[in-house]
Amino acid sequence: MDRMTAEEFVATIEQSKKEKNWTRIFDMIPYYSFLGIRLETPDDKFICVLPEDKKFIGNPILPALHGGVVGAFLESTALVHLLATQEVSRVPKIINITVEYLRSAKPVVTYAEAVITKPGRRIANMRIEAWQEDRQRPVASAHANFLVS
Amino acid sequence: MSTPFDITQIQNIIDTGIPHCAEIGMKVHEMDDDEVIFSLPYQDRFAGNPVNGILHGGIITTLIDTASGMCIYARLQKYLPIATLDLRIDYLKPAIPGEELFTRATCYKTTQQIAFTRAIAYHTDPNDPVANSVGTFMLKSSSGAALNKVTVGEG
Repeated sequence: MDRMTAEEFVATIEQSKKEKNWTRIFDMIPYYSFLGIRLETPDDKFICVLPEDKKFIGNPILPALHGGVVGAFLESTALVHLLATQEVSRVPKIINITVEYLRSAKPVVTYAEAVITKPGRRIANMRIEAWQEDRQRPVASAHANFLVS
Repeated sequence: MSTPFDITQIQNIIDTGIPHCAEIGMKVHEMDDDEVIFSLPYQDRFAGNPVNGILHGGIITTLIDTASGMCIYARLQKYLPIATLDLRIDYLKPAIPGEELFTRATCYKTTQQIAFTRAIAYHTDPNDPVANSVGTFMLKSSSGAALNKVTVGEG
């Protein structure tokens, strides 16, 4: 893997913000490329999109997405939100996450949005929600703490 | 399922019944009635930090979620449909880039409808874990066939 320096990382984030070209962020983080995550920005919101892909299935009989993928997507959405909206001098580190699985997630395109419930100087407390066809029927939600400095 | 429950069966479920686990290359390392241990070799494609190659927490979540589910089968000595209700993970220290990651999961309580699990992720020393987790699962979560119905047919 081609590693980048911390300076290159911060410069890439700054460039992405300036150009509002978020694909750079996903391209440089290998796990995001693996998940194929995209970002949509309707009305200045930051909505992450997890594409439909058979490799994310955890239960082929229902069928349903793997709970781990749903959790990973929620965590990813929180980190992307931090990178896109906050001044970052390093990659924020996740401290903990609690995922609540509300409904079986179908193997279809999934969306998620994060909000910073408390933007602290060192800790950002986040709440994240994922949904599929209907925003009013979330499939999972999570809260997480990130170390930001 | 009445046949004895062993590592081969669990690995078969992983490889043929859970596409995402087969995709990431999870392996059953050890298993007994009390706990299961899974392993995942380090892979660049799961890095979350492009500067140092540290694994994304999400892949650890997947490893822990799967192991926590499987340890319920080990405790109950049978397969049944289960669904994760709640999973909390504390990330205690970064996973070391390049090193294989293990997850040990235990189901410490079951009721008629719910199972409670604990899990840790570590490299070599379970007393110095990368992550700690507690999970809650719903049992008999769907009326559909359990995962073994997939593997029995194919295996």
